[in-house]
Amino acid sequence: METAEIIKMPQRHIAAIAVEKAYRKGDHKIPVLHGVNIDVDRGEFVSIVGQSGSGKSTLLHLLGLLDAPSVGEIHLDGQRIDDLSAKSRDELRNRVFGFIFQFYHLLPELSVMENVLAPLMIRYTLLGYVRRKRELQNHARDLLERVGLSHRLTHRPSELSGGEMQRAAIARALIGKPEVLLADEPTGNLDASTGGEIMDLLRTLNEQENLTIVMVTHDNAIAEQAGRTVRLREGRLEKLADAA
Amino acid sequence: MYKYLLCTRYLRTRYIALTCIISVTLGVATMIVVNSVMSGFSSQMKERIRGILADVVLETGSADGEKDPERIMARIQAVAGDHIEAMSPTVEVYAMLSFRSFGDYITKPVTIIGIEPESKAKMGTLTEHLFNYMPQRDDEGNSIGPPRFAAAVPASFELLPEDQAYRTDQKEGEMRFRAHSRMMNELESTPENTDAINPGDLFSDTEVIADAEGNLPFEEEEPADLTSPLRGRVYVGSELVTYKYIDQVTGNLKTMPMVRKGDDVQLSTVGAGRPPKALHFDATVVDYFKCGMSEYDNSLIFCNLDFLQEQRGMIDEAGTRSVTSVQIKLKDSADSALVVDLLRQEFEPGRFAVHTWEQKQGPLLAAVEVESAILNVLLFLIIAVAGFGILAIFFMIVVEKTRDIGILKSLGASSSGVMSIFLAYGFGLGIVGAGAGVGLGLIIVWQINWIEEQISWITGKEVFDERIYYFPEIPTNIEPWMVFWVAVGAISIAVLSSILPARRASRLHPVASLRYE
Repeated sequence: METAEIIKMPQRHIAAIAVEKAYRKGDHKIPVLHGVNIDVDRGEFVSIVGQSGSGKSTLLHLLGLLDAPSVGEIHLDGQRIDDLSAKSRDELRNRVFGFIFQFYHLLPELSVMENVLAPLMIRYTLLGYVRRKRELQNHARDLLERVGLSHRLTHRPSELSGGEMQRAAIARALIGKPEVLLADEPTGNLDASTGGEIMDLLRTLNEQENLTIVMVTHDNAIAEQAGRTVRLREGRLEKLADAA
Repeated sequence: MYKYLLCTRYLRTRYIALTCIISVTLGVATMIVVNSVMSGFSSQMKERIRGILADVVLETGSADGEKDPERIMARIQAVAGDHIEAMSPTVEVYAMLSFRSFGDYITKPVTIIGIEPESKAKMGTLTEHLFNYMPQRDDEGNSIGPPRFAAAVPASFELLPEDQAYRTDQKEGEMRFRAHSRMMNELESTPENTDAINPGDLFSDTEVIADAEGNLPFEEEEPADLTSPLRGRVYVGSELVTYKYIDQVTGNLKTMPMVRKGDDVQLSTVGAGRPPKALHFDATVVDYFKCGMSEYDNSLIFCNLDFLQEQRGMIDEAGTRSVTSVQIKLKDSADSALVVDLLRQEFEPGRFAVHTWEQKQGPLLAAVEVESAILNVLLFLIIAVAGFGILAIFFMIVVEKTRDIGILKSLGASSSGVMSIFLAYGFGLGIVGAGAGVGLGLIIVWQINWIEEQISWITGKEVFDERIYYFPEIPTNIEPWMVFWVAVGAISIAVLSSILPARRASRLHPVASLRYE
């Protein structure tokens, strides 16, 4: 048992090292992050809390390579990833990261099923997709069943409720079998009970699949459901609060 | 994969893109219609010119001509016989045409072409242009009966029975008048008496009455029989002997013949000798000729070759005839340049000149080409305008789809992938627009005469006036390559004008586009 524990020693999965980020607005430089360090271990569920404008979403975008830090580095499995070529970063976003957004961000022209399949459509060429079509569609159907949307496959996002849209977005984030799930206020637009269901779903994923989850929220109650909470204030890490 | 799915989805759900499609469609359809009609016009015109001129013409240097057409034709046959379908010897000479109309003499410059109707008919489209082979029309140009001759009837210089009846009637009247005035001269009787004695003898021919002061229009010595046609027979260009006027009552354009079939006209030209001497002869009009090229209809007179040769002294003592040119019809008119080269090597350049019909009508054809090219440039600007429409609307769509672009990028789509969505969108739009435009254009071209009738009916004004354009209906000619290039041009404009919006879409920053709802 002891050795097993040691082998299961948490390994650093994704990390931000001294990242700074500033946006330009005309001649003004608006700093958002001032040297933030954060380590997330494999299989960990970390929530980043902070008020609006504290830079927590920016940090998440930096982690997910949606944005590049002004200073500092992003590491995945100990390797620097923020300076990779655009092509490799696209590839990482497609295969390693899964995103969930506050406003779901489903594509309105596509059905639920097509939305869920979108990352795979991006991953494969037309020929490759058509060849695997049946297999991929079965996979998507399984995932949608798992998030409780098997009755909504052909619906458009506009025909779904907020909770259903967020479940569809989660299914989309999961279809590419990502290692890291990055959630930006996943419950921000949902009522308490629907938000609770979404959180349950995320926790289950974290526990059963050993999925690394980084979640951004301004709601302390939601944040506490994560394994660890990190607080950001005005672009600086305030404290590390171990919930467990 | 997502590119195709998204761009077809956008194509189906963005109705604003429909305006781009419509503008491309209209541009393409317009180009196809205009090009088809212009090409129809020019091919009809070329056919007409060619019908008159033949594919290749061998001309002699002097108006005296060259002796022995059979020997010349044998030489042509020997050099280029493989390419040649038919040949026809002709004599071409400038002349003056004089005829009498309402008491006045009218004189016009003409070109007389002496032809053998049998060999000329083999050259192509002579009979198509003769009135006896066209539907009969009244003076307003409305069709009132079928052609007198079927197209298969060979052309000849014989006078038709109806026209002969007219001539007989006219000439008998004239002879009666002559007899009458001779009698009056002999009796020196008063005009009152004339009326009393012979009222029925005053024939209806107003021209002669107007002139009836005893000055007879034709020569005094009396031919034995005026009623049978003269030995000289001509097809006369219709514009030479008709005039058009607007009827004050109905407002319709009417065509009035000044010389009728069966009437005689006087021709003045030069003989073949040296120095050339003026000569005059009369000839009977047996038919009108109208090819639709006003240049020809206003200047050509076809005469029977043997008579013209005889009049011009082109037959020597031994009976050998001369001709001034040989018209050649080729099996394949595309060979004309080759045949011209062969003939130029064979025939002495000083004495003979060889031309294709295109060379003879070079300036006219070049003008048509230039006109067509300019029109195409102008019309292509229409499609370019449609291109700017696409540009503007695509920018709007990109702004509208900013969030979707961010989503796609967060899901791992590359910038070039996002760009290709919009390029494919433009391409799809171009294909749909060009396809619809080709369809619409072809339908319009196919039904253009029906459309013209409807517009004429609605506006009450004839849009396509045959008397102006010389065509009974709008000629069209669809060139597949023209359609292809128009479609390709429209599609490439659609793609080109989607490049800028697509580049902008691809450069959108994913975070900026995702941040706000």
